[in-house]
Amino acid sequence: MAKSNIIARTGNEAMAEAMRQIDPDVVAAYPITPATEIVQIFAGYVADGVVKTEFVPVESEHSAMSACIGASAAGGRAMTGTSSQGLALMAEMLYIAAGLRLPIVLADVNRALSSPINIHCDHSDTMMLKDSGWIQIFSENAQEGYDNMIQAVRIAEKAKLPVMVTTDGFIISHGMERIEILSDEDVKKFIGEYKPEHYLLKVEEPITIGALDLPDYYFEHRRQTAQAMIDSKSVIVNVGKDFTAKTGRSYELFEKYKLDDAEFAIVAMGSTAGTTKVVVDSLRAKGMKAGLLKPRVFRPFPKEEIAEALKNLKAIAVMDRSDSMNGHEGPVCLEVKAALYDKGLNKPVVDYIYGLGGREIRVQDIEDVYKEISGLSRTKAVSEVKYLGVRE
Amino acid sequence: MANIKELVKQKELFTGGHRGCAGCGAVMIARQVLMVAGPDTVVVSATGCLEVVSTIFPYTAWNVPFLHSAFENAGATISGVEALYKSFTRQGKINKKINFIAFGGDGGTYDIGLQSLSGAVERGHNILYVCYNNEAYMNTGVQRSGATPKGADTTTAPVGKVKKGKEQYRKDLTAIMVAHGIPYAAQAVAGNWRDLTSKVEKALSIEGPKFINVFQPCRLGWAYEPELTCEMGRLAADTCAWPLYEVLNGQYKITYRPKEKKPVAEWIKLQGRFRHLMKPESKALLDEIQALTDKSWEDLRKKETASTPAKAV
Repeated sequence: MAKSNIIARTGNEAMAEAMRQIDPDVVAAYPITPATEIVQIFAGYVADGVVKTEFVPVESEHSAMSACIGASAAGGRAMTGTSSQGLALMAEMLYIAAGLRLPIVLADVNRALSSPINIHCDHSDTMMLKDSGWIQIFSENAQEGYDNMIQAVRIAEKAKLPVMVTTDGFIISHGMERIEILSDEDVKKFIGEYKPEHYLLKVEEPITIGALDLPDYYFEHRRQTAQAMIDSKSVIVNVGKDFTAKTGRSYELFEKYKLDDAEFAIVAMGSTAGTTKVVVDSLRAKGMKAGLLKPRVFRPFPKEEIAEALKNLKAIAVMDRSDSMNGHEGPVCLEVKAALYDKGLNKPVVDYIYGLGGREIRVQDIEDVYKEISGLSRTKAVSEVKYLGVRE
Repeated sequence: MANIKELVKQKELFTGGHRGCAGCGAVMIARQVLMVAGPDTVVVSATGCLEVVSTIFPYTAWNVPFLHSAFENAGATISGVEALYKSFTRQGKINKKINFIAFGGDGGTYDIGLQSLSGAVERGHNILYVCYNNEAYMNTGVQRSGATPKGADTTTAPVGKVKKGKEQYRKDLTAIMVAHGIPYAAQAVAGNWRDLTSKVEKALSIEGPKFINVFQPCRLGWAYEPELTCEMGRLAADTCAWPLYEVLNGQYKITYRPKEKKPVAEWIKLQGRFRHLMKPESKALLDEIQALTDKSWEDLRKKETASTPAKAV
């Protein structure tokens, strides 16, 4: 290979690079920190004529998703990128995109939700939309963001569901990393051509999309969407396998890091998983059997597989980078606990709510979490939420 | 100009069997617009009466591709459809002219959808946006909108012991669209098919964003007998309560001049929503409405004169 496929990119640059290679038919987007660069860089590709994309610089995120819905229903590949308040403003349309079963791909740069207004990382925005019918894929670093974006196109089109790929605001989006990219040709080959069966621009075969369902049909249509989400799990697994075969980089529903013989584990998503791996290594060197489970796919939630992976642990800490404001646990912890319950596993699980609004999570914080849960007995279930790194 | 003998021979693109009220003006507008547009047309509709009555699953009244996504975003949704068409045309994946038409009521257009419409026309998409303006939120049961005229009785600005219906003037959305500098904006009315279809024909021949504000009598919300819809529309034009005009590249042209401009009360007195205005104690308000109607008509005539180039001698 004449040209090196190893490059230095920030998370946002990596997402934009993936979008350039995907070369969607339509991109409609509105800038928002910390996702702005994705749109800006992509607009540059459009201005230089290196993509065939029609770029729609809309006047709001609500309109961004509306235009993506229009383009996708019309028969093309449509993509956008956003964050935080932008995702919140899109919320209505995100549900509609999923209900219409449109394979739109969205890059979401995780950022806290107002109020108070804050531009830094947490997972509140993505978690707000966890029940919207979108497949949700988290990334640990820029490499995973890039790889997930490329896989998302195939996942969406096969599952007939929209996909959001998330990176952590600033931590990934603005951090420069070494990433390995595919050639344009390989990306083109991997995603293939999009050939929808029915679409608006096929005017000789008029169809109505977005009809009104009364109580005699609504439930069946929602049930079909729910089934599509259930079925998407195997789609994600298969696309991941194919991607691994092409790149050597492993993509499964979640990553197990030194988990199989672990006694104490943390469940963490996004960039924190990377920090946790460092802690696992250092604790292992000191003799603790520490491990990590990093969910990659949060929707659909792979509950059987996760429960199976956690079954031999003495205690588990779940790291929640958002708060459900429900009087008990955060969203990731609730999912993990439900998965364990269904397998009859009554284990100590402690929820740590951390990192809200970009509050730093340090190696020492994670070490402290392992130390705390290592003091819990195997048989004693706990229902406890801890706020990590907050002044109280 | 549209020929009715030719129009009626075409395949119905908006079919019967929809669930519009007897005397519904909105479905009349949709049917006439599609008669002109023809089958190579994609329609997007905002949530509202037209969408609700025409697409109850598993039925549809649309014989052209149709998309509804939400209430406030017909402008943005059709932008996406049209953007894909541009992309496909550039890629050589499609090679025929297709019309892109969005429908929205006054709720979806004047109010909740104004931002989305403004964005779409500012970006210059090649679309025709048709507002079926029945001057209130009829789909949810006759609530006031930005298009509701002063003095009208609605369920959220009702006539009570103290208040006499809506207290504010309606906004001039056509002027707002003209201010965007779009190539074509017009006002038409359900009840004057020739004027409406001619405007649709003209609009579709122009590249860029086009807007037609079609006044739509609503027998339910306005409270009149269902067989009077067309007459109510024509009377709105005859009283200049709803002047018919077009603005082509900034040049105003009044497309219908009543032979004898009738008092606005002739139109008002037929509608239940204005019943209170016909009482003697409402004379001042009725006079105010007449004065406003006169001024709007006069202003329009001035704009026409001012924007029309003087004829060469």
